[in-house]
Amino acid sequence: MELLSNLALGFGASLEPVNLLYCFIGVLLGTLIGVLPGIGPTATIAMLLPITFGLKPETSLIMLAGIYYGAQYGGSTTAILINLPGESSSAVTAIDGYQMARKGKAGPALAIAALGSFFAGTVATVLVAVFATPLTELALQFGPAEYFSLIFLGLVSSVALAHGSILKALAMIVLGLLFGLVGSDVTSGAQRFTMGIPEISDKLEFVAVAIGVFGLAEILKNLENESDREVVATKISRLLPNREEFREMVGPVLRGTALGSILGILPGGGAILSSFAAYTVEKKISKTPWEFGKGAIAGVAAPESANNAGAQTSFIPMLTLGIPANAVMALMVGAMIIQGIQPGPNVAIEQPELFWGVITSMWIGNLMLVLLNLPLIGLWVKLLTIPYTVLFPAILVFCSIGVFSVNSNVFDLYTVAFFGLLGYFLVKLGCEPAPLLLGFVLGPMIEENLRRAMTISRGDWTVFFTRPLSAGLLIAAALVLAVVFLPSVKAKREEVFQEEG
Amino acid sequence: MQIDAREVICGGVFVVVAALFAYGTIDLPMGTAIRMGPGYFPLMLAIILGALGLLIVVKGLGRATSPIGSVPWRGVVFILLGPILFGLTVRGLGIVPAIALVALIAALASAKAGWRTIVLLPIALTAFCVIVFSYGLGLPYAMFGPWVAPLLPGV
Repeated sequence: MELLSNLALGFGASLEPVNLLYCFIGVLLGTLIGVLPGIGPTATIAMLLPITFGLKPETSLIMLAGIYYGAQYGGSTTAILINLPGESSSAVTAIDGYQMARKGKAGPALAIAALGSFFAGTVATVLVAVFATPLTELALQFGPAEYFSLIFLGLVSSVALAHGSILKALAMIVLGLLFGLVGSDVTSGAQRFTMGIPEISDKLEFVAVAIGVFGLAEILKNLENESDREVVATKISRLLPNREEFREMVGPVLRGTALGSILGILPGGGAILSSFAAYTVEKKISKTPWEFGKGAIAGVAAPESANNAGAQTSFIPMLTLGIPANAVMALMVGAMIIQGIQPGPNVAIEQPELFWGVITSMWIGNLMLVLLNLPLIGLWVKLLTIPYTVLFPAILVFCSIGVFSVNSNVFDLYTVAFFGLLGYFLVKLGCEPAPLLLGFVLGPMIEENLRRAMTISRGDWTVFFTRPLSAGLLIAAALVLAVVFLPSVKAKREEVFQEEG
Repeated sequence: MQIDAREVICGGVFVVVAALFAYGTIDLPMGTAIRMGPGYFPLMLAIILGALGLLIVVKGLGRATSPIGSVPWRGVVFILLGPILFGLTVRGLGIVPAIALVALIAALASAKAGWRTIVLLPIALTAFCVIVFSYGLGLPYAMFGPWVAPLLPGV
């Protein structure tokens, strides 16, 4: 019954008018950037971080969360209507969704995607609520050794589930950890890698790094092949699925939700992986696998449910343990730190209203999305006609003002340019930027826990293996690494991400 | 022998960066495992990064080269100039000219922008930003800075 009283507390917070308003703004913005290709949730949240500065902590987290799952909805709309996935997590939806649209079933396809997402969002919200308390209690027993092992596991698995070369992803994480250490050392106060620049004597500004590697690098990537988008909007005659279509979507929605929920919790998981896995599973177990690629309902329902479930359950490790599972969650951790909240198990205990308010707002946000999206489809399609030449100068201006407004520090703008250049060239060399940002956030955390654990154990490195919880986490990390380097898994993994590319 | 240039460059970059970070730890106290100094963990990381870089180089040897694709040099230069120019001018000129400058630079970055984009976009964006950021969100920055304010009586 504690759960019910917690949820009641949460709804009390999330139903406050100001929170409802920002939840609405968040999902609206999320849908908008989900619809527009070339700008993703990570870059948007990075840009908006400075603006949330003046808001209350729960209000800003509610809005940022809304952007993340709102983007999943928006991305699927354009995937179905014009075969152009606005987000990479809806790339698989485009396969069958667009075929349904071509057969004149655009309306039902959109409705199936929205209803599947809403169902998945509801289940995932309940899951987050159910798991929050026990995980928080478990986390409170963690010492520095356990935290070190947990962060290590998180970093390792984010590599396993990221796309591209494993070695490069590992290198990007280590590089991120190193950049995270730039500035003054918390324990000794010594200056590290600051090259005498007073502006970074504290640390590199997180917002500037994030906007550089995501915002700027993304613009540069898009400038490589500037081409006008051709928008041929499909006419939508009927919206709701008929009885037969409805029956066909139930199974895939349930399986997609289950799969997405599990994959979302895993570090490195989240929306993208969930949707691909769900599509693959449906194709494998389908009695009519030849229909996939030609407008199969399961090919829309399963990945759409999975990506929304995954987007939401990826909040579990962030909210309860303070460990981000993917780049978006790393930004959420950054948002909390900007607000003066130390992420971790204490958040649920010291700020229950914030904690449960954010969780319940996800359900409210999902409801808004269903009510908002179906009637507004025409508007979203129109937005696609905005050419990129107009879009990216706006993005660049917002990035500049945003970064400057964090500290009113001119040097942060040079940091943006530096990390934009670095991020872009690393992308050109086949390195994904997400692990770098994850490492950047976790660098100081993992160092502090390593030092504390070693001091407590009097310099004995075996402490990480003799404490059972820590040993368990490290064994899990070793298993993950062993599995990704297995030849058969490696081949399969490359195949999965090939389809995604 | 075939060499995958992309992989070799990529690994090489990591090795160089690792070396720079390792060099940066020279003046830092190492400490011991019980009481780690500020140099201990970064040096460990730099060594790991160097090793990973070398592995990437080795894997790139004897393999066909991967495509790198074209680099939009004009875009790279102009886009990166944007935030730098904003940083250089926002204090002196104020946010209105600084925003207009970034928007102009960004519009020039695209190979496809026509003159209408280049002229109208900065004006529209500046107006929008002033309304949203200065009036809407109330960011406390001078619209026109000390470099231009004396030239504009009445602002």
